[in-house]
Amino acid sequence: MVLSVLCFASWGDALGSVVSVELPENATAAILLDVLAGRVPRGTSLPEPMIAVNRRYADRSTILRAGDEIAVIPPVAGG
Amino acid sequence: MRTAIVERPLVPHELLSEVASPACGAVTLFVGTVREVNDGRSVTGIDYSAYGAMAAEELERVAGEAVQRFGTDRLIVEHRLGTLALGEASIAIAVAHAHRAAALDAQRYVIEEVKRRVPIWKREHYTDGSRAWVDPTRADAGRTP
Repeated sequence: MVLSVLCFASWGDALGSVVSVELPENATAAILLDVLAGRVPRGTSLPEPMIAVNRRYADRSTILRAGDEIAVIPPVAGG
Repeated sequence: MRTAIVERPLVPHELLSEVASPACGAVTLFVGTVREVNDGRSVTGIDYSAYGAMAAEELERVAGEAVQRFGTDRLIVEHRLGTLALGEASIAIAVAHAHRAAALDAQRYVIEEVKRRVPIWKREHYTDGSRAWVDPTRADAGRTP
């Protein structure tokens, strides 16, 4: 399945704000993060992100589905 | 209860009359503003950006939790996005409650949960012309953001 992943802040700068990723069916958020980490340019250090699925924070074990709204959320700093 | 993520300057004092009620003996207003020094570096301004759709929903969840926990629905949170200059308000939280302790606790709950959960980011501009994303989880982040 091909997923379209939203990336924000430092992760958006490094990978682009929308990233297309091909993953096996039933892939987890952890697998997605491994794939994305492999695309980070050498020498770029990024903070550990959270993953959101359909606008809610998700565990690394969450199974991703085609059509989910998936986002990489670096450490937030609002307020 | 009302929450908003906006791209215009906040006018915090206007929230006071919006939340106030004769049933309430306490009205609190918290305003977060852009500080000139962070982690020892001189800041000239901050870009605030967000995952807009989720930030709006998460902010509403935070406010809803405060309403449930502290027993007042007279609560307003506004967060601003865009480029802010020193001293400008990035967030305003107003709460009215029958009693002061609950009003203050509700306000504290909202600001702490916003900082922890709502997907908003800031990129600081420094006097040397450089810019950097603020990462409160960094081991050498000197103090509470």
